[in-house]
Formats: sequence, structure tokens, C-alpha cells
Amino acid sequence: MRLLVGLAWAVVVTASVAACSAAGPGAAASGAARPQGAPPAPRLALPASSLSLDEQIVHVLDRLGYGPRPFDVERVRRIGLAAYIDAQLQPETIDDDAVTAALSAYPTLSMTTAELLREYPRMAPGQAPPATGARPGDMDPREMPGRGQRPPARVVAELQAAKVLRAVASERQLQEVMVDFWFNHFNVYAQKGAARWMLTSYERDAIRPHALGRFRDLVTATARHPAMLFYLDNWLSVREGTVIRAGPNTGQRAGLNENYARELLELHTLGVDGGYTQADVVEVARCFTGWSIDRPFAEGRFAYRPRAHDDGAKQVLGALIPAAGGEGDGLQVLDIVARHPSTARFVATKLARRFVSDDPPPALIERAAQVFLRTDGDVRRVVEAIVVSPEFFSPEARRAKVKTPLELVASAVRAVDGRVALLRPLAGDAGPARADGAAALARAVGRLGQPLYEAQPPTGYADRAESWVSTGALVGRMNFALALANGRYPGVAVDPAALARDAEGAGDVLDRLLATLLPGRASAETRAVLARQIAEPPQPASRSGDVTTARAARPVGRAEVARMTALVLGSPEFQRR
Amino acid sequence: MRRMAHEGLGHPPACAHGSACAPPPARAVRAEAIGRRAFVKAGALALVGLAAPPPFLLRTAGAEQGAARGRVLVAVFQRGAVDGLSMIVPHGEPAYYAARAAIAIPRPEAGRADVAVDLDGFFGLHPALGPLKPLWDDRRLAAVHACGSPHSSRSHFDAQDFMETGTPGVKGTADGWLARALAASAAPASAFRAVALGSVLPRSLRGQPGALALPNVRDFNVGQDPGMPPDSRGARQGFEAMYAERSAGPLRDAGRESFEAMRALRDAGLERFPPSNGARYPRSRTGEGLRQIAQLIKADVGLEVGFVDSGGWDTHAAQGNERGQLAARFTDLAESLAAFDRDLGARMADVVVLTMSEFGRTVRENGNRGTDHGHGTAMLVLGGDVRGGRVLGRWPGLAPDHLYDRRDLAITTDFRDLFTEVATHHLHLPATTALFPGYTTPPASRPGLFA
Repeated sequence: MRLLVGLAWAVVVTASVAACSAAGPGAAASGAARPQGAPPAPRLALPASSLSLDEQIVHVLDRLGYGPRPFDVERVRRIGLAAYIDAQLQPETIDDDAVTAALSAYPTLSMTTAELLREYPRMAPGQAPPATGARPGDMDPREMPGRGQRPPARVVAELQAAKVLRAVASERQLQEVMVDFWFNHFNVYAQKGAARWMLTSYERDAIRPHALGRFRDLVTATARHPAMLFYLDNWLSVREGTVIRAGPNTGQRAGLNENYARELLELHTLGVDGGYTQADVVEVARCFTGWSIDRPFAEGRFAYRPRAHDDGAKQVLGALIPAAGGEGDGLQVLDIVARHPSTARFVATKLARRFVSDDPPPALIERAAQVFLRTDGDVRRVVEAIVVSPEFFSPEARRAKVKTPLELVASAVRAVDGRVALLRPLAGDAGPARADGAAALARAVGRLGQPLYEAQPPTGYADRAESWVSTGALVGRMNFALALANGRYPGVAVDPAALARDAEGAGDVLDRLLATLLPGRASAETRAVLARQIAEPPQPASRSGDVTTARAARPVGRAEVARMTALVLGSPEFQRR
Repeated sequence: MRRMAHEGLGHPPACAHGSACAPPPARAVRAEAIGRRAFVKAGALALVGLAAPPPFLLRTAGAEQGAARGRVLVAVFQRGAVDGLSMIVPHGEPAYYAARAAIAIPRPEAGRADVAVDLDGFFGLHPALGPLKPLWDDRRLAAVHACGSPHSSRSHFDAQDFMETGTPGVKGTADGWLARALAASAAPASAFRAVALGSVLPRSLRGQPGALALPNVRDFNVGQDPGMPPDSRGARQGFEAMYAERSAGPLRDAGRESFEAMRALRDAGLERFPPSNGARYPRSRTGEGLRQIAQLIKADVGLEVGFVDSGGWDTHAAQGNERGQLAARFTDLAESLAAFDRDLGARMADVVVLTMSEFGRTVRENGNRGTDHGHGTAMLVLGGDVRGGRVLGRWPGLAPDHLYDRRDLAITTDFRDLFTEVATHHLHLPATTALFPGYTTPPASRPGLFA
């Protein structure tokens, strides 16, 4: 990939950015002196399992993260599986400096909402950017800032690229899985009005810090964040009959908006069958009146408006919330719902679905729910209870999940040890951005049906196979595999031949590819198809029964290896985790 | 062919049963539909008036038919809340001009081009929709005004959600209304039964097994991207072989369907169906979408529902009047629809196009020479058995106390009434089909498009 001399510089991140460390996950990357707490001694006792150790390792890598890189199985074998899981449960003990450094290529990631609103202002009407290209190699015009223009679409584009980059390259794999899980659970749609400037802070400040923390802190942080208040309209919710004093609707009466209250109960905490009533929805909405935003399109900060608050007494889920509670009413509601047994069960179910299977065993859910209640919603403990369980390590759970588009794209890049380049212009340069591999991959995820941060409904993206298994979807996945293996994503360097380095002959190439990309999981059909693929290119006349062996032993060209790699990445097995 | 059938039978089959044009149960109607064609093919007068042809004729008709030429419903969703008052202009209403000093469309005037095109003395077409006038005059295009969702939400995505799932006010409805229509339809299964042009399946089709979201029909293939190494085309065979194994569950099933669909698409030879009759589509998302839907229809791949998105209708500022931003959008829409109609020609007898939008816009123009989110809007219905050349629905008027919330065009036709009538009639759904959970259209509330 050429660099424009003097205009741009590249940050290249490999999927294996810190993997040169033969040491464990707690060690610093070579050369970097960084004070680091040593990981605690493994305290997890893994349950007995009929799976082999390697099968268990691959399973863990597939579920607690975005799939193995070529050297990951060996690495985890050396560290010890229990120690690996333990470290992933404590991401703060894992060095992730390389990814942090790489993400400095995206200036918006560290900006406040107010800064983003200022630096990436709304465009005047009639300035909508053109439609984006449909093919892997096309540049996304949203990434071309133009002369001094910084379109708001760039904010979301950087979020999307960063998310893919983290999935591909972060060593804190479980943390990234949890951030994705919780963002989806507390979904906000990027394209609703002011939300596109608010999501950067939302994920960074409300979700990420609590991803493995206390559920109550998490739900409170999302409840107070302008992104959620805006998306679910709570910022407009006022005491019934309030007369509007300013703006275009001056003089009109406004009232309660139940949107957030309903989704808080239905989607965030108790669940639709969790035992709340419509009356509860109204009462909860009353509690949250006044929880609003200071100038959503200019400042974008939480602001409590006492005048809008309904300060009467309320009854929520059988509990009395006395009058004159002010802003505290909402906090009391969050306390009640965060501790509710239905919440424990609902959250445990969703986590079990993410980690074990689409229809998780009820006994597992029950145990995890008990952990939730016993630990007052300690997410880390609940995840541990789910992952370190006989159900998790059962043969039924293995390969039971279908990968979402994000999981497919990230796991494919990891499996081939792809190198993702991020390019950014020097300060002051207003020229077009060059190839940004992470952004290209993020667009691919969108084309496969999961545009990141753009799930419209508050339910977010579904975590069930039927959402992702469809005719059109599979065609997209096969084309993605072909494009990736053939290096068609600018900024994503893939070298399939390196995966089969030192192989002797086509048969050996096949074996190595399967062992690397689909460790222990290739079916007989896949293997047979690939073997035939090797056999297909024309050979000098040889009609003996030895033809297959002779063909299997001949040298294999790079293009052929790329094709075989594509077939594996697009195979039915690779769609599962 | 349609005209012939009408001349031969006197009434469209749906009314021949004597009920007030309520569609008969699906089975009988399908038999009748085949029977009608058999009549046309065989020319046997003995079939006139038969409600259901004898089985031997059915078998003959079926054998001769080959691929069934079924009925197609095409939904065009105008995202962003289209200003119905600019689309079907109430030029006979003084309050309209009083409320819109800058953005009103001038009254019709003979010899002038940039004015409303009169439709019925009270309503007129936006001049940019001029390409649709011939369809109107031909009585194949109707409009339903003051139509929409009774729910008060003025949130684009909420209201779109409510309209697409068909459950105003209820979130979390899993399936879309078109998926429910397809589930009730007796049309044969096909890989291309439901196709949306775009990369994300619209909520209207959620829950429809096998529904395809295709950014481009041409792309529905593996390894055909230009620039791919030549042997990546061979990779398609490899993929197909991997997914061919019958035993292994939903992934392989979906994979097999993909290849069957790809093969069907190749066999259909879409390139053999360029636009016919000199039709020229705009090079826009809507134009491209309709062009490809027309291709799929002409190729007889079993399409029953097509879906196209049309964007850019959220004209908060600088809306324009007979010229400007909104006019440009109308030009695109009209040229796309007119091209589609021209392209399909006589086949339009089997095809209905239905436009829709999540709500309308404020009656009064705002301080930015635009309009804000409103309530009632206008929807168009084109093709099939539509008795066009009419603006349907009760016009509530624009007097202040007749407005919704004192600011918006009120709604006198619930969108569910319109959608029910269109889908039930055109796709031959059983009259008892519950297209909209928790809601049934009272017979008197049907817009009367086909009457």
C-alpha cells in the first residue's frame, strides 16, 4: 500500500499486535516498560468435560472473544485455560497498549459530545453526502472530509471502524465482547437526530467502564446518558399538563413520554414477562420526568429540570416512592429494578444466550440468576458462573452459535492473521483519507446486515441464528470470504500463503489451512470439497489411480491457496462459533 | 389479456361470487385465476361464468402455464414523511394558500406548466408528478388522501416501525405486515417470492422466510465481482458443494437455497429483460429499484412482493414549491413509477404499486420555508384492478378546528384499512386474514379502490 509522501502516515495494526509475547497476557509488549499488576494466580477450577483440551480452548476463544488467531491455541495451552479465562475476566490486568495507540488515529474517540457537536457540525440542507459504494474496494465518501468539512457521519464512521478494530486486535477480547453485548442490550440508534454525536461518549463513558462491573452502575449510567434520554425521548418527558415556556411550541401543553420507562422495564431490566404492568410504566415515567438534556444539539449534557418533574408520590412494582423525591425518584427506580429477581433472570438469560446457545439450559440460567442476586448484580461473577460451567463446556454447546456479521468478519481476519491499516492525515491536511482497513471492514459488516450502531429498534440486534441465516446473508458471507482472502479490502493485508508456509504439496497445504482456520472443526464434506479443489486445476496427462495423490503432492500457487482460504472462511463450519 | 378477460366475463372474478367484492377463499380464487387464463388460452366459451373450472382443465392449465404468472405487490416506502399536501394539492381549499405563502403550489391554469395539474376540480397533482397524469387519465392510478397512522408519534423511526409492523403504538412486534400477507397467500414458494432492493431487510418483511434484501440483483452471485481473480469463479462451485450436504441444519439449508436462487436467477437470464417499450428509469435508488423489480417480474421468478425505499422526503427547510428540493424528489418518483408502468405494459394488470410514508407534514409552513412533522399524508395506488382517476378518502379540510393537534392534516383513512384492502384483494388473501394484530377493518372503512 503506497503512502502519499508528506501527506499521510500509516498506523498498522496486526491481529497479532501483542502476540510476540510468548509470555502470558499480563506481560507488557516487548520493549514497552509499563507498570502492570501481575495477574492473580488462577483460581478457577474448570468443570470436567468430554471435550478434548484443544476443543475446549477453541471453544473458549470462540465464545469469550472473536475467535482464534493462528497461534492462540498454542498460547492458551501454554498459559493454561483456566488462567486464560481468569485473565480475560479481569481485563484491567491485560496490556492492550497497541490497540490504544492505534485508535489514536481516530480523533473523535476521545472527544466529548460538546466537542463533537462543535467540530463536526450539522450540514446545511441539500448537502447530503452521496450514496456509498457497494463494492469492497470502493471508498466511502463519508470518509472524505473534503475541504475543511467535517461531516457528522465521520463520527459514527470512526466508532464503527474502532469497534471492528478492537474486535480484531484487542487482547482484552472478553471485554470487547461485553461492551458489544451491553451496547446492544442498551441499544441506541446512531441515526436518530442528535444521537450520532452522543454515542462516542455513551459507549466510552457509560458502557465500557461498567461492562464487567455492577449492573446497577451500568443501568444508571445509561439512564443518565443523553444518548439514551434522546433516543427514547425521555428528555421530552414532563409532568402531565406542563405548559411549554420556550421554543416553537410555546404555550402548548406537554406531558409524559412513556417510551424510556417502557423500554427500561421491558428491554433493559425485568423483561417483557417480568411482572410489571402498564401502571408501572406510567409511574416509572413519572419518576423520570425532568431527566433531560442541556441543548442536545449544542451541549449534549445531562440536565435535571425540576420544573418538569412530577413530584407526587408514586407506586413502582409495589414499592412506594414518597413525594418530593426530585431527581432521586429515578435513582430509586433504578435501585428497585436493578435488584429485581426478574432482572436477574432476564440478564442471565441474555448472557447465557450470548455465551452458550440460542436456547440456554434453564438450570444454567437459574444458577446464573442466583449469582446475580447474591452478588448484587456483579456482571463479572455472573459471566464467570456461565462460562465456567458444565453446560458451557458440553458438546451440545460447542459450535452451537451462528456468528453475527461482526463476529464473522472479526474472526475471519483473526483466523488469517490479517493486518489492518489505519491511515490518518497529518494535522491540517484536508485531503481525502487513504485506505482505512478497519473502516472497510466495518462497511463489510454493514453490508452483511449488521450496520454497527445502526440497529433501529431499542431491542438492538438479535442474538439468534434465524436472524442471521438467510439466503441473501449467506451469499454476502461467501463474497466477503472471497474478497478478504484475495486481499480486496484496501487496508487489510492478508497473506494466506503464509498460513501454509513450508507445506509440502497441495495435500499438506490443505491440512495446514484447515488446522489453522478451522481447528478440529472441518467436516468431511468441507474437507472433500477442498481436496477436490486442489485436484481440479489441469494436470499433465496422468490417468492412473494415483492421480489424486500426484495432484495432492504438487506445488500450490498463491492464488489457489487464496481460493482455498476463501472456501474455508465461507464454509458452513466457519459461520459457527 | 386482462381486458379480454373482462370483456368475456363481465366482472373481475372477485366480484362474480355475489358478495360485496369480498375476495373468496384463496383456494377457490386461485383455481379461478388459473381457470380464467385457461379460458383465455383455450378460448372455450363453456368456461364463462364458472366459479371453479373442472380439475382436468386445471391440470391442463397448470401444465401449460409453466412458471405461474402470479400477482405482485410492490411497496414504495417514502422515508422521511412526505408532504401529502404538495403531492396531491388541495388547490380548491383557500386555507391551503393562506398557510403556505412561500411553498404552496399555484392553482391550475390553462397553458401554464409550473402549476398544479388539475385532477378533479379540487385536487391537483404537483407539476413534477406530471408523468403520472396519463396513468391517472387512464384510470389506473388512484390516490388516498388524509391517510396514515392514528398514533401521535412524530418520530420518524418509531412511526416507520409502527407502519411496517402494522401495530401503531406497539413496539417489539416481531414480524412485518408484508410477511403476514405472504404467510396468508397461497402463491407457490419461490426463492424470489419477497425481494427488497437494499442491503437491509425492511421491517415490513421481517419474519418472511427467504425474503431477500439485495442491494443489486446483479450482485446476487458468488465470486462474480469484477476484479476478482478468474479462478474465484470456480470457487462458487466449491461453495455450492460445501453447502450441498442435506443433513446439517439451517445453515446448509439456507446455503442450498442461495445456490438454487442464484441458479434460478441465472436461468431467468435477467439480462434478457431490459426495460421494454422505451421505458427509461431515472438513475436513482428508486428508479434502479423499480427497474430491477420489473426485471424480476418479467423473468417470472415467482416474485410476489417487491419493496423499494425512496428517501429524501424530510423537507424541514427550503422545501420549495413547484420548483426546488421537494419538486426534484417528486420528479424522481414520478419518472420511476411511469417508467415501471411503461416497462411492464399489459403485465401491470397483475401488479399493484402502493406508496406509503410514516406521516405527513405540518399544514403551515415553518420559519425555514419548510414543513415539520405532521400527521395525515397521501398515498398512491397504481395498477392491478385499481379503479383509478379518483382521490379517495374523506377530505377533512384544512380549517383550524379540523386539523390534528391544530397543526396537521387529520387522518380519515387508517393506513391499515388501505393496506388491508390492497393486499387482500390483490394477493387473493382470505378475507379473514389478520394482517394487523388487534385491528380489523370495518367493511365500511375500506377506501373502495377496487369497487
